[in-house]
Amino acid sequence: MTEIALAHPGVRSPLRTAVWAVPIAVLLVVVPWLLDSYRTIQLEYGLIFGIAGIGFNLLLGYTGLLSFGHAAYFGVGAYSVAFMVKYLHVSSMELFLLGSIVGTLIVTAVFGYVCVRYTRIFFSILALSLSQVLWSLAFKFFWVTGGTDGLRVPTPKLLGMAAGENEDKTYFLSHGYYYYVLAVFVICVAVMWLIVHSPFAKALQAIRDNETRARFVGLRIRSYRFVAFLVSGVFTGIAGALWVPLNGLVTPDAMVWTFSGEIVFMTVLGGFRNFTGPIVGAVVYNFLKDYAVGFTVYWQTFMGVILVVLVMVLPTGIVGSAKLLWGTARRRLAR
Amino acid sequence: MDILVIHLFNALLYASVLFLIAGGLSLIYGVMRIVNLAHGNLYALGAFATASAVGQWFGGSNSVWLYFLLPTGAVAAAAIGAVLEPTLLRPFYRRPEEYQLLVTFGLLMILEDVMRFIWGPYPVSATVLFEKMGSAQIGEFIYPRYNLLVIGIGGLAAFLLWAFIYRTRFGVVLRATSQDMRRASALGINVNAVYVQAFTIGCFMAGLAGAIVVPGQSAVLGMGVDALVLSFIVVVIGGLGSLEGALVGALIVGLLREFAISTFPELELAVLYLIAAVVLLVRPAGLFGRTT
Repeated sequence: MTEIALAHPGVRSPLRTAVWAVPIAVLLVVVPWLLDSYRTIQLEYGLIFGIAGIGFNLLLGYTGLLSFGHAAYFGVGAYSVAFMVKYLHVSSMELFLLGSIVGTLIVTAVFGYVCVRYTRIFFSILALSLSQVLWSLAFKFFWVTGGTDGLRVPTPKLLGMAAGENEDKTYFLSHGYYYYVLAVFVICVAVMWLIVHSPFAKALQAIRDNETRARFVGLRIRSYRFVAFLVSGVFTGIAGALWVPLNGLVTPDAMVWTFSGEIVFMTVLGGFRNFTGPIVGAVVYNFLKDYAVGFTVYWQTFMGVILVVLVMVLPTGIVGSAKLLWGTARRRLAR
Repeated sequence: MDILVIHLFNALLYASVLFLIAGGLSLIYGVMRIVNLAHGNLYALGAFATASAVGQWFGGSNSVWLYFLLPTGAVAAAAIGAVLEPTLLRPFYRRPEEYQLLVTFGLLMILEDVMRFIWGPYPVSATVLFEKMGSAQIGEFIYPRYNLLVIGIGGLAAFLLWAFIYRTRFGVVLRATSQDMRRASALGINVNAVYVQAFTIGCFMAGLAGAIVVPGQSAVLGMGVDALVLSFIVVVIGGLGSLEGALVGALIVGLLREFAISTFPELELAVLYLIAAVVLLVRPAGLFGRTT
């Protein structure tokens, strides 16, 4: 798998990136007029999970650590917002984002301190166990968290402006809030793009590919992993914060470990060996699941079979496979 | 004083079930280095199979022979395991661990729905076995005799497993494969066969755990996912891949949980996870784990 990373140096001219990035950006901007509000909101969920996905992928794809506990940070982001509504009576979305960043930063710092001592399967299980601590607390301390009833989160104020008095909530979520999510999404993607093309991410990749050599070069492995863990958790927390107003409610289900599994699923679906994979995976996963749930009560089988087939046949995911096909096609044409 | 005995029995009851689940998980990891995320679902499947055998098909009968239907779940889980290993898992031994976890996560989703499809969304129970045995008098308290049977089965399973692994020829082969698969293969051991057998035994244990649990509590969807996480705690404390570890881990978790429930019930689960984290900090490979 290291060969894949080496074959594509990853740094491209900005012009070539713009060729496909600009049309996609334009498409995303006009979506509320192209699709009905239901599909727009589904896409919104997809974008939000995409933020969680690129955060998660900093650990899986770039650092080589598979966390089966990322739902915890998503949930911390979501619950931070709900607590701010319930106890501080805040209604500004910017404060929500700030609060959830601080909240996830604290939690990931504690969990990360423990988790980054391990790698491979032990890391996965430890991350899972710790995330379940939070889940059980959210589940049991019902007088604080509302237990399985969860906490309700009303429509927030965006940039200090409340939604119009007689504005329909669905309209607000599929237009005003959509652009807010899109803006945060673009900022997150841009920041993550800078991170993964920085020397920091190169060091992470070196550690992933050969820990011993990286240590000989003089990298402080544990602190690199710790910082990666922090960044990864905070991105997932931001996704959680954006998700709550859209969902209107946060329950312990946002923290349960099978939801962590879904985050892993999305990332692998898109492909974790490249930057855009998790985003594509998250959007596709969301539409796929929505379709499957509407189609049959046995949607889990449908998704499970997709996952098994995917891992067996297309381990590089949608984006990885598409790149492979594109490369082959181009070589054929050039001949 | 008697109340302490009751607490102790409850702890042992819980530990017996946990040992069977976690022991199976650990055995499978020890031999083929795979963490099976669908392991909890095999436990649930065992519970459902026994419940329908005892409660639905033969619900009317009232004979002692019903107890011989108890292992139905274990046999069902073992049969599924024997099919799954060669078909689904074998292609993944050479792939990185991430893929192994993912494929078993997919399996978890599928098995969950298979159970929903066969048994429907409602709880299934086999309480007749539980009620038939009545209660024993312990001091001034009464305690269900069936629970004592479960503790007995747990103890017996632990002993048989120990005898099987350390006192039989197959056990030697199993341990050799676990220590060095390639060398074992070079010495003429059919590693593929050992893998199937080990996986089947592991699934049998999970199924047996489900089977002995179900007379006392109903089989419900989602019980497997909860059980899996608890057995993770056990193997993390005891050390992944070690059966002694699974036994000690199950006892620790059983005792701690009983203590937590009777003193501060809200923290029941959190305490267990925190203990697991503390053990990992102090002894990264678990109490009985091998550092590889």
